[in-house]
Amino acid sequence: MKFLSKKATCNSHGQDSSYFLGWEEYEKNPYDEIRNPKGIIQMGLAENQLSFDLLESWLAQNPDAAGFKRNGESIFRELALFQDYRGLPAFKDALVQFMAEIRGNKVSFDSNKLVLTAGATSANETLMFCLTDPGDAFLLPTPYYPGFDRDLKWRTGAEIVPIQCTSSNGFRITESALEEAYQEAKKRNLKVKGVLVTNPSNPLGTTLSKQELELLLTFIAKKQIHLISDEIYSGTVFNSPKFVSVMEVLIENNYMHTDVWDRVHIVYSLSKDLGLPGFRVGAIYSNDEMVVSAATKMSSFGLISSQTQYLLSAMLSDKKFMKKYVSENQKRLKKRHEMLVRGLKKIGISCLDSNAGLFCWVDMRHLLSSNTFDAEMELWKKIVYEVALNISPGSSCHCTEPGWFRACFANMSENTLNIAIQRLKDFVYSSARDSDIQNHQHSNNTSPKKKSFSKWVFRLSFNERQRER
Amino acid sequence: MTIKIEKRPTVGLSKVATSDTHGEDSPYFAGWKAYDENPFDEVHNPSGVIQMGLAENQVSFDLLEEYLEKYRDVARCGSGISSFRENALFQDYHGLLSFRKAMASFMEQVRGGRATFDPDRVVITAGATAANELLTFILADPGDALLVPTPYYPGFDRDLRWRTDVKIVPVHCNNSNNFQVTPQALEEAYKEAESKNIKVKGVLITNPSNPFGATVQRLVLEEIVEFVTRKNIHLVSDEIYSGSAFCCSEFVSIAEILESRNYMDSERVHIVYSLSKDLGLPGFRVGTIYSYNDNVVTTARRMSSFTLISSQTQQLLASMLSDETFTQNYIKTNRERLRRRYEMIIDGLRSAGIECLKGNAGLFCWMNLSPLLEKPTKDCELAVWNTILHEVKLNISPGSSCHCSEPGWFRVCFANMSENTLEIALKRIHDFMETRTIIQKH
Repeated sequence: MKFLSKKATCNSHGQDSSYFLGWEEYEKNPYDEIRNPKGIIQMGLAENQLSFDLLESWLAQNPDAAGFKRNGESIFRELALFQDYRGLPAFKDALVQFMAEIRGNKVSFDSNKLVLTAGATSANETLMFCLTDPGDAFLLPTPYYPGFDRDLKWRTGAEIVPIQCTSSNGFRITESALEEAYQEAKKRNLKVKGVLVTNPSNPLGTTLSKQELELLLTFIAKKQIHLISDEIYSGTVFNSPKFVSVMEVLIENNYMHTDVWDRVHIVYSLSKDLGLPGFRVGAIYSNDEMVVSAATKMSSFGLISSQTQYLLSAMLSDKKFMKKYVSENQKRLKKRHEMLVRGLKKIGISCLDSNAGLFCWVDMRHLLSSNTFDAEMELWKKIVYEVALNISPGSSCHCTEPGWFRACFANMSENTLNIAIQRLKDFVYSSARDSDIQNHQHSNNTSPKKKSFSKWVFRLSFNERQRER
Repeated sequence: MTIKIEKRPTVGLSKVATSDTHGEDSPYFAGWKAYDENPFDEVHNPSGVIQMGLAENQVSFDLLEEYLEKYRDVARCGSGISSFRENALFQDYHGLLSFRKAMASFMEQVRGGRATFDPDRVVITAGATAANELLTFILADPGDALLVPTPYYPGFDRDLRWRTDVKIVPVHCNNSNNFQVTPQALEEAYKEAESKNIKVKGVLITNPSNPFGATVQRLVLEEIVEFVTRKNIHLVSDEIYSGSAFCCSEFVSIAEILESRNYMDSERVHIVYSLSKDLGLPGFRVGTIYSYNDNVVTTARRMSSFTLISSQTQQLLASMLSDETFTQNYIKTNRERLRRRYEMIIDGLRSAGIECLKGNAGLFCWMNLSPLLEKPTKDCELAVWNTILHEVKLNISPGSSCHCSEPGWFRVCFANMSENTLEIALKRIHDFMETRTIIQKH
């Protein structure tokens, strides 16, 4: 008899994907400014390490919050015993107000509709347990966060059907792509229960436009399905256009008293906006009572430590501090983003125009030996092993076009980012040189591979000449 | 004029979301509601409902508070700036090594050093609730079953079955042998499953047991191990009350049985632990799975992504539990205080004419009120329960909510209140029993 369950023995945990393999390589040889300057620089981890100093100084000024004290009185006992799955009221109140603040107070949230979970990982899975039966499907725009394959499908038995987005229009969601995905699911005999979008997007770093959001609402209204909006990066928008939450569009388009209102659910977390992934703070927000009720009961399987709820309730209630934090954090993210984009541009590599997130969506199509995923893997391996940078290949994000990579910029010092860019520069120049040499040696051979290299080298030299003027 | 708003039917929720396998409609939870509406308070509401349905350990908080006062830095996310940053970023599903080491060491101390635990086999989960569900996902497919001796913790109906779609087949135990599991009962349950074409994937026991507050005897453990080996299935030993055994040497962990056989064929055994009962910290969500099976450890670790312990909490407990002076004293004192509470309630009940199952662990006793039942039925048991809830104003847990096959038994918690409150509760029971005797006499 088979000893473990199918779930245990299948590979839906997704750990065999390149997304995780890159991490493994990094772990074997991690970069350290002093101890291992030749090691692999981790650019595959979407962490926000830019604003800890602000949190640390707040903690130093507010020792009660981490010391189990309220107004100087110990509340240790109360917290130690608090395991109510409805969550610490003070924390939920502070969290919904923080969420409203991020949305420019254009929408307000009711803490009774908020369910706390141990991270967005848990929130997304819980929502799937609430909305899908095994074998049902959710439509997701590609490229998407590789972890979704595990979070949405592994234990739930649900399926993901991709909504193909392409660079032809900046990877925006279109009506035809939505409809195609829906039909594809139908062909595979899968019942579509909803659409899940990440806004701002991971890995693109772009915010969804109002039109895209309206399009999505029209679509789910017509198909009578759900919409999950994973807004965990909503606090990282550093450039215009401003962040528009699906809640705002629902209200503006008069969906409030329709059944669509009950079918839109938001996922939030403090892992990215506040840089606290270790604390496991996630949330589901839904207007549907039954979803809130079922998700609340399910949250028993992943509650947030009361110690952490209390600390964060104190911090988030300090509205003055949070406003300052959000604005300063966004400034720093903007600066880092510019650093990476500019640095890459200088070596002839462009990024998708983005205004949010902790990463850039980098276009390396011109560096591929051929327009294939094999070539993408070949390039990725070179970058991991020779250039010693762990970046995430687009294929791990289910991108339909080979050659795109996600590179994170907020999880390292400025120094390290500069070193990473320098390494890439050396790689690109030496590859160009090798290609030139090869070109000369096989002057009669005008294969597309070499043609593309030459074209790119020309583009680079041209840019440099321009700057000299 | 009030406008009635029609509740629109919810479109397309899953079967899991709309089922009632979460079990919240059972009397176990109804009693809580009655308490919530009229909670006892020594000063503000002395005639309110006393909560005796909540298995919490409140007798040793002073020891924890003393420790925290002494080592203030421990609570404040460690000393120095880099500590906070590292800790806040730490989301590795392996869990903090220092925390795993401290947990392994604490588990060894609770077992009087009679078993050793390898920190690399400790998988962290947000509470034992998550640990039990996670193990079920790993060991069984939808439609498969786990055998669970009755009576059992009502929460298992949700934890083991709800989202996993795994069944529980009860292993019936009764008072003829103090509710101990027998090989015959195990065999009967197994055959029952077979007859319904249900694949049994394992046995899940709680040791010390909830709801009776008694340790499982060595001989019985050996018989269970023999049974699961013969059937080639798993054994999950939920040992969350191991630190609550009144006398350390009376608790025998499954780990000891395995160690005595040199861990032969131990890959089918998995232990669940938590700090919710022994340390009285249910709010901190600290659970672990300890497995002797490498595949289970790897898979459980990956799945724990859905239910990790806050790194802030891991850090706090790593410091606290690696302080052996503190832990040795805590374990010893906590046991002693629980034993005293147990004796207090047993004596009090006995003087009211009520007998309990002989217990030696846990935060509750298993009280026999079958003489009060008009007829030995579940309905009569619930009638008595209702009287006790609404007239005597005590929330206790009826045996039927624990799937006990013999009506008339109730679980009564004694560690979640002050000694004063316990005395008040005992007086109320005393008065109630006296009234009934008077009524019966007339």
